[in-house]
Amino acid sequence: MSSATAETKVARPARPRRHRWEMLRAPEGVIGLVLLTFTVAVAVIGPIVAPHPLAQPVGPPGEPPGHGFPLGTDYLGRDVLSRVLYGGWPILWLSAVITLFTYVIGVLIGMVAALGRRLTDSVLMRFVDLLLAFPPLLLVLVLIASAGSSSTILIISIVLVLFPGLARIVRSATLEVSTAGYIEAAFARGERAPAVMWHEILPNIGPVILADLGVRFSFAIALVAGVNFLGLGESPPSANWALMVAENNVVITSNVWGVLAPAVMLMVLTVSINLLGDAYVRNRSKAR
Amino acid sequence: MSVPEEQVGVQQLDPKLDVKPAAAGRRLHPLLDFVLRRLAIGLVTLVAASAVIFWATNALPGDVAQATLGRNANPKALASMRHELHLEEPLLTRYVDWLGGAVHGELGNPASTITQGVGPSVAELIGPALRNTLWLALITFALLVPLTVLLATISALRVGRPADYAISYSSLLLGSLPEFVLGTILILIFFTQLNLLPPLVLPTGNPLDDPEQLVLPVLTLLGVSLSFAVRQLRVGVIHALNQEYVTMARLGGIREYRVLWRYALRNSLAPAIQSFAQTALYLFGGTVIVEALYSYPGIGRELVQAVGSRDISTVQGITLVLTSAYILINIVADLAVVLVVPRLRTGGESR
Repeated sequence: MSSATAETKVARPARPRRHRWEMLRAPEGVIGLVLLTFTVAVAVIGPIVAPHPLAQPVGPPGEPPGHGFPLGTDYLGRDVLSRVLYGGWPILWLSAVITLFTYVIGVLIGMVAALGRRLTDSVLMRFVDLLLAFPPLLLVLVLIASAGSSSTILIISIVLVLFPGLARIVRSATLEVSTAGYIEAAFARGERAPAVMWHEILPNIGPVILADLGVRFSFAIALVAGVNFLGLGESPPSANWALMVAENNVVITSNVWGVLAPAVMLMVLTVSINLLGDAYVRNRSKAR
Repeated sequence: MSVPEEQVGVQQLDPKLDVKPAAAGRRLHPLLDFVLRRLAIGLVTLVAASAVIFWATNALPGDVAQATLGRNANPKALASMRHELHLEEPLLTRYVDWLGGAVHGELGNPASTITQGVGPSVAELIGPALRNTLWLALITFALLVPLTVLLATISALRVGRPADYAISYSSLLLGSLPEFVLGTILILIFFTQLNLLPPLVLPTGNPLDDPEQLVLPVLTLLGVSLSFAVRQLRVGVIHALNQEYVTMARLGGIREYRVLWRYALRNSLAPAIQSFAQTALYLFGGTVIVEALYSYPGIGRELVQAVGSRDISTVQGITLVLTSAYILINIVADLAVVLVVPRLRTGGESR
């Protein structure tokens, strides 16, 4: 073999042959998927099928189930079932948007830091370190205190909390991959950095990033729900599961469902995501 | 570091924990050198963080006075508040003043004190609240540490068997619940159904005078943090149990509890310290939510109230105190890890 042919044959690592949905063979994966589908269905279809308006009192406050209200009424006499059906969407879309931005920013910063010059790397990473020096919820609360509460502020502040950890993971995964021959080969072919990142690095650090998705998505939900529970998110009369848990605490003895139903929905949502995430990680470590 | 990690039984140590061998001619002991450098980094981080806090709470449209007093505030009150807060001075001057005051324990006055002319300062407000929160955290931790070690060890000794699955999955489920959901479920069980425990901490007096009130807040914090800590430590113990020295000790006929205690657990100390430190950091957010849920008179509840009423000086003060504590825990954990791992302590030199 001549050295010329050897040079052109710097192969990318073979993609794992395992089926992408292999993780669903584990019972936890199936349970997670079923629960997640259920919750998302409630959040998406709920507002369409809700029998009563979300803000209008339809009976006496704190009424137990019955009289046409399957889950009773809340502290202002509004239908709990309808509000549960309305209350998933605000939490779900906010958390999804936050996770999306977190990934775009985190992956970009991580890769640029790993591939860039030493100065770029240390500036980006010191910024990441600084953000990580704050207790997570605190950063969100400070920004809400100064700029008022709105979806935009919530998205910006929670992305600022979530992306630094991801950027670190992406940076070290990229550093690990970038010593491999096919990256050097791509640069030697004259490919530009964005193309190398997109075509060579991203597919190869994909599994590492995906393993983190469950944790980060459920953290986003926990922060969105936490802020709403504290009464610093959406303002009444809008309905979301976390706000409902907080506001119906006063009628907890007369109608448990005002608190229990939204709490259970939040529980199902976070548990399903964690089960799926765990199934993915376990399947990946088994595949190795 | 020439020693392969597997031989030392320490895994996933942060690279910043490397104590560099003393350079030729340098007088400082490598350990002292490390401690000083770590403290310096912590101080720089804290100053940078304080700048971010101050800037973030001042860089908004409108000003602090307007935000606190509301849109319909009378001009006289606005003017006196702007004067009180030195809002006519440049941002940098105010930041330096604020930070200088903070070093001396002065954090300014909350909005209510400024508008009414009398009342506690931010520092006086934070003091008792911080003490209450510390008690809550300490009690939780005193229960958390032994329980975590016990559960993680059982889980690690029974990897892949029913006991491990039971512990791993219940902590996965428990750990995925938001704090207030777990707390609400506990209230539903212990107050609404069983009527055993109070769902609220009474605002009067010291919460420690009535330990019954503390049970549910502590149980909630324990629930979320225990699952987090167990999952972390379990990995560390499994790793230590798979080391050759454990196999050798077992083959040598050393009794199992001794193997466990002297070999496996002692070598899991570094990952254990790290997981408990991470749990403590993780609890910062949890405490805020738990305090709000049970109206526990701690610093988290003060913070939420201040954010709700947009009382900027209180928010700044509490955030600065909590961020300092957060950074301090990070430093203490790093130092503790270096102290318990001989390889790190000697700076990699063989003695």
